[in-house]
Amino acid sequence: MEVAIGMFPQVLVDGLILGFMYALIALGYTMVYGVLQLINFAHSEIFVVGAFIGVEILLGLKAAGWLGSVPPLLLILLLVAAGMAASGLLAVGVERVAYRPLRGAPRLVPLISAIGVSFFLQDAVRLLESLWRNAFYLVYPPVDFFDIRIHFGEIFDISLKSIIVIVAAIGMLICLTLIVNRTKMGKAIRAVAEDQATASLMGINVNRIISLTFFIGGAMGGAAGVLFGVQYSLINPYTGFIPGIKAFTAAVLGGIGNIPGAMAGGLVLGLLEAFSASYLSLLTGGAFGAEYKDILAFSLLIVILIFRPRGLLGEVVAEKA
Amino acid sequence: MNGRLVRSLIALAAGIALLAGPSAEAQQTIKIATQSPLSGEQAALGEGIKLGTQLAVEKFKGPLEKMGFKVQLVPFDDQAKPDVGVANAKNIVADPDILLLIGHLNSGVALPSSEVYKEVDLAMISPANTNPLITDRNYKNVSRVCGRDDVQGDVGATFAKEQLKVKSAYVLHDKTLYGQGVAEFFRDKSKKLGIEVLGFEGTEEKANFDPIITPMKAQNPQLMYFGGIYNQAAVLLKQAREKGMTKTIFLGPDGMDSSEMVKIAGKTAVGMYYTTVVGPPTIYPEAKGFIADYKKQFGKDPEPFAAQAYDSTALGLKAIEAAVKAAGNKKPTRATVSAEVRKVRNFKGITGAITFDEKGDPAKAKYFIIQVVSDDPGKWGQNKLIKTLEIAAPAMKKM
Repeated sequence: MEVAIGMFPQVLVDGLILGFMYALIALGYTMVYGVLQLINFAHSEIFVVGAFIGVEILLGLKAAGWLGSVPPLLLILLLVAAGMAASGLLAVGVERVAYRPLRGAPRLVPLISAIGVSFFLQDAVRLLESLWRNAFYLVYPPVDFFDIRIHFGEIFDISLKSIIVIVAAIGMLICLTLIVNRTKMGKAIRAVAEDQATASLMGINVNRIISLTFFIGGAMGGAAGVLFGVQYSLINPYTGFIPGIKAFTAAVLGGIGNIPGAMAGGLVLGLLEAFSASYLSLLTGGAFGAEYKDILAFSLLIVILIFRPRGLLGEVVAEKA
Repeated sequence: MNGRLVRSLIALAAGIALLAGPSAEAQQTIKIATQSPLSGEQAALGEGIKLGTQLAVEKFKGPLEKMGFKVQLVPFDDQAKPDVGVANAKNIVADPDILLLIGHLNSGVALPSSEVYKEVDLAMISPANTNPLITDRNYKNVSRVCGRDDVQGDVGATFAKEQLKVKSAYVLHDKTLYGQGVAEFFRDKSKKLGIEVLGFEGTEEKANFDPIITPMKAQNPQLMYFGGIYNQAAVLLKQAREKGMTKTIFLGPDGMDSSEMVKIAGKTAVGMYYTTVVGPPTIYPEAKGFIADYKKQFGKDPEPFAAQAYDSTALGLKAIEAAVKAAGNKKPTRATVSAEVRKVRNFKGITGAITFDEKGDPAKAKYFIIQVVSDDPGKWGQNKLIKTLEIAAPAMKKM
């Protein structure tokens, strides 16, 4: 019991880090769904591309011998910015090639196209990396500054990179909320989500707004990819699958299409996962281990969907006529 | 369809058959297949098996070629996945020219695949599979040249107790047949020796080990054991050290034996221990020529199991020769090759002399305990050998 109480703060922080990561990825699913009613299953690969851009930049800097001389905060800004740009552009490209020609088709068609793009991107990343580095996974080179740890007592401590992850995620979530709710651009996005035809009659360029939505969603995914890499250090072309599925679950949990819902869903899922994984084994005397965490997470999803089909922060987002 | 076209096609096909017939008679082909992961995260180890076999085929195919056979290597990629291994195995047994299989890397792949080989009595010699079940099923066609997990787990636990003097351990595994198996043997032996086992848990996680590390750290074990392969172990070790478990000793089985371990874990891997059934090639005095050849041909140091694959192949080729002779210089059946493999006595390989016992285990296998000394992947071969043990395989269990 002492052990269980002693590790509580650590588990809380682990869960928050994971939760913010899920929340960032979930935003991509939720924004695209809000505007197009499309579940962009290629989003987990867009996330992975961000992670690979980050590691490539770090490896490039390391090879050039500059890794130690770049100020760490500038470095993380550079990584996140590059990951956001690359993933954002990729998401726009994917929409252009795989979804736009299918707009107006039955909803199942772009969904299948999305799954196809997802497989294509996985193997494209794998092909490029095996040609370029002859490696099937890449390791984020350690940056000493990120690994500095702040200790609070015996069991609880937190590394600087975890703090960076949390701060960056909160910053981006706030920015996104402001963009969507306070700017003209955000107004246009909401208008397109409400009704594409009417929005276009009001002089909104629907295609441009949809591209923009994909760019923002993709960029959030790319940032999450970079942060994921910095935090957990090992990535491969298939790394995105599990976080992608979890983030999608988070988006549904919070009420898909709903931005604060995606954040709430991500945090709930991250905390639930951290707590169930860390405590299951202790509480059941070793009968159930950390591996059962996913069952709990998905059971919660099912329960929520049965009793609150629109998700935690459910509201009717975009009524289609 | 045009009748004339059909007739001329049939004539053409018959002509090709006539042309091909006699020449195939004149020079028959014997194929040696390998199965190991050639892509994916375990490709480094799997490629070592393929390249070791390739070297041996090139070096020892002479006698068979003199008897009029063409000897050919056919590598298969099992991707470390049981389903892929079994699918490949079906292709392998469908090709009558394949008389010998060298592989696999993973016991979880080798077990179902060898059920397919067994149907046609195809000889399988494993350079790397350590799960006891591989030979405990007592199949006549399945042999291995390396040690076993039940012994390896015991060796690890004994080392932890007697040399490292640890009192508590936390045991993790990767939920595969191999990893969980060796972890269970380690746990059971540790308990017998009086080491307190604080936790025992499996995980398929590859990136985020936080939920495992936090409870482990809270119980502060003196030793952490991971039954599994380096691609998970290295990340776990790195994250555990980063989370402040700096004093806990890290010990693992032969799945840790790859330079990838330090590529991923960096300096956090220095000082860790692993037990293995195969020593680095440098510790075998006979292997000098092999290392030089390997370096010359492939431009890198042999990975673990490459030398064992080389020995397995050399032994297998000897058995095929004997089977050819017994068949009167004709291509032998798969069953005779399997029988001849077991008949080989005191085969002088580069990793020592090999004799199989009645169920296909080496009569005496070597077990090594090794400590990592440098975070430079190029220096993996120079890791410090702490101890070498020679232990006979447990006798066959009476069913």
